[in-house]
Amino acid sequence: MTDDVVNIEVDGKPVEARKGQMLIEVTDEIGTYIPRFCYHEKLSIAANCRMCLVEIEKAPKPMPACATPVGEGMKVFTRSPKAIAAQKATMEFLLINHPLDCPICDQGGECELQDLAVGYGRDVSRYNDGKRVVKDKDIGPLVSTDMTRCIHCTRCVRFGEEVTGMQQLGTTERGENMKIGTFVEQSVDHELSANIIDLCPVGALNNKPYRYSARAWEMVQRATVSPHDCVGSNMFAHVLRGTVKRIVPRVNEKINETWLADRDRFSYEAIYSSDRLATPRVKESGVWRELDWESALSVAADALTDAEPGKSGILASPSVTLEEAHLLARIAAAIDTSNIDCRIGRRDFSDQDNDPVYPSLGCDIDAIEKQDAIFVIGSNVRREAPILAHRLRKASLAGARVSFASSVEHEYFFDIADYLSGAGLVEMLSAVAVAAAADKKLPTAVAGLCKGVTADDVHRRIAASLRAADQGLVLLGNIANRHAAYSAVRGLAAAIAEMTGAVLGSLSDGSNSAGAHLAGLLPHRSQGGQPRGEAGLHAGALLDEALDAIMLVNIEPDADLLATSGAVEKLARQKFVVALTPFVSDALLEAADLLLPIGTFAETSGTFINVSGTWQSFAGVAAPVGEARPAWKVLRVLGNLLDIPDFDYVTSEEVRDEVRSQLGDLTPDNSYAGQTALAMASGDDSPAAEIDIPIYSVDGLVRRASALQLTVEARLAASKAADS
Amino acid sequence: MNRLISYIKTFALWELLLGLSVTMRNFFRKGVTLEYPDEKTPQSPRFRGLHALRRYPNGEERCIACKLCEAVCPALAITIESDVGENGTRRTTRYDIDLFKCIYCGFCEEACPVDAIVETRIHEYHMEAPGENIMTKDKLLAVGDKYDVMISADKAADAPYR
Repeated sequence: MTDDVVNIEVDGKPVEARKGQMLIEVTDEIGTYIPRFCYHEKLSIAANCRMCLVEIEKAPKPMPACATPVGEGMKVFTRSPKAIAAQKATMEFLLINHPLDCPICDQGGECELQDLAVGYGRDVSRYNDGKRVVKDKDIGPLVSTDMTRCIHCTRCVRFGEEVTGMQQLGTTERGENMKIGTFVEQSVDHELSANIIDLCPVGALNNKPYRYSARAWEMVQRATVSPHDCVGSNMFAHVLRGTVKRIVPRVNEKINETWLADRDRFSYEAIYSSDRLATPRVKESGVWRELDWESALSVAADALTDAEPGKSGILASPSVTLEEAHLLARIAAAIDTSNIDCRIGRRDFSDQDNDPVYPSLGCDIDAIEKQDAIFVIGSNVRREAPILAHRLRKASLAGARVSFASSVEHEYFFDIADYLSGAGLVEMLSAVAVAAAADKKLPTAVAGLCKGVTADDVHRRIAASLRAADQGLVLLGNIANRHAAYSAVRGLAAAIAEMTGAVLGSLSDGSNSAGAHLAGLLPHRSQGGQPRGEAGLHAGALLDEALDAIMLVNIEPDADLLATSGAVEKLARQKFVVALTPFVSDALLEAADLLLPIGTFAETSGTFINVSGTWQSFAGVAAPVGEARPAWKVLRVLGNLLDIPDFDYVTSEEVRDEVRSQLGDLTPDNSYAGQTALAMASGDDSPAAEIDIPIYSVDGLVRRASALQLTVEARLAASKAADS
Repeated sequence: MNRLISYIKTFALWELLLGLSVTMRNFFRKGVTLEYPDEKTPQSPRFRGLHALRRYPNGEERCIACKLCEAVCPALAITIESDVGENGTRRTTRYDIDLFKCIYCGFCEEACPVDAIVETRIHEYHMEAPGENIMTKDKLLAVGDKYDVMISADKAADAPYR
């Protein structure tokens, strides 16, 4: 027995606890429930609701279990008459000012106060005076407020203070007059802000788009995975009669903990947007006509078979599932083309042979907080992957030195060690590389880039922090990935990582970039990273060629193909374009010749491989809209029409298992092995404005989520886009 | 002696007369059969017949779409869809009761926190076409409007016992 162990007794049961633990943590571990409102395991202890009062031997008064550290020989009674009396008294006080509007409250049925009132409340109120009424606040399009219901647990306040770092909610006044609010009327804007909906134990803060549309008990909870960023946040869809009513987080300590980004939570609205493509459509001499699936698929198959070998192309979004990617790769092989790409946001393909086979973050997502030094290059992390930004913040709070290099200074709510900004990204990185090299020789790949560059103190500090770190991480963000001089940026980042002993990691576009890479949605590599004999046309060049047939999967040419100028016109000039898409837009009507409606993430089963190499399979959660069908089923039938052998998959799991067995035991590996000298001339070093895609424009779903489009973030981005 | 009495009774058709006396007694008694539909049995104010949705005196719908009736319904006869209504209130956009599924248990009425859904004393109704068994929100409100006086009186009569 070590000194760290404390022996206590809970309700007569001897229990071992760690020194410094709070009582409520110990009782939660052994499964003894103590009622609580203000205590939350991810937040600091406030002890202001007093619901968790328990009796402790020799203590003169009941003590709050959430704020009482364990002590040797402590005897705790959670269900003694004294404890129960204290809890009941607390409940009576809480209910004095709580309105009796449970029948219209969205929290009704899943309310902590309602549940505990059943156990600790009186049947008849002894209180006959007036109740408190508090004016509701308008805190933006995502969270509705009914502040009269607030019991002042301050979970939302502590969330802003401790988790996002952006304190927008606070308390004003005291006692009876205490109010939660923003003080000056404003919206709550952080990209994780809607988590206060889940934190609120009562119905004071609720989901605004979901308001009044369903009840907790009538919905079915189905597990799914977020399709918007490379993190793959786990979530539950709450489904009523085949319709997704809301999304809530699914706890996964290794990925998203208990949090969920607003983008993942509210994008479901787009599933039922008026833009959904309900039936297949074909353009015949400039006029669109609806047709049935059978004839639509044969039109598509005919166009693909009629194309000359090597004269067809496939562009897929990096958010396609692994199954879809595998079927697409097989179809590409069958129609004899290697013009296939999923890297639709990339601008610089010059060093693509040195791309990682299995791109990744370089460490597990939860390992980010254990890093000692992190250097984030070309990333607006908070917008690209909000959950990763939260992990970065945790790392920084734990003492890690987090530095950034980006053309624009983005706002973060933690201590940033150094922020390189302004000049070109290549320029900044070469100085850091020079500092990292100190007197050693620079790797041949970047030696030319660094010639004549001198490092100043800032660069040396960043290099030194990485070198001093036991665990250092150099992270390439999506701005870097889309940068016109990506090869040079990546080479330099790899050199910095190599010379300082840090790990090189990379974020990626879409939810399944790694899966699409592995499945072989690349012009120069087939499945598992096997080099193709002759590289096909990459995403940047594919549309410039006159091809016989082009297939777009889950891509909107005007909004997703930003790296290709005039993508819509270029597509419109092509002989035949078939688009598998959940949505229809003017750009698609102009660019495509055949539209096939596919399901969104909610209507299809599949697998996403996230940025740390975690395979996450999910089932479809909602009934398909209109005639839309899961894309893997569409591709499967298309493959049958193309007479591809062994293409009779019955389930998406069958496809996944086939990929898994074919890939063998590949592991995420982001190391860079390039030896040839990189040229600066691979692209313009000063990044274009559109390189940083706004958080609520990343994919078709998000662009059509009406509540998200009303946020300050989205409106600012829209006005900026209108100005330029 | 008993044997003799038995013989006399047998030949005098005593048992038959005994039976006929019952017939005769009832022949002159006031009849219990009601000439339905001209005559009707008395009904309790708690009678559970056709459903109705009520309004407040100012014309506002009572129903707040809390869905407790839907949850309590043992026959799953009620289907409700809700949304934010006028003035930001919680309102139903759909309120269907399937009269074929309904077992007239009255649980919906018991569950309702605002006395919106009630079972009236109306029990004489019929359907002529498929689909008429579904009482939509409009139909339910119409019943409520038409029989408002009766419903209010029944509620008032039952109030002392609640």
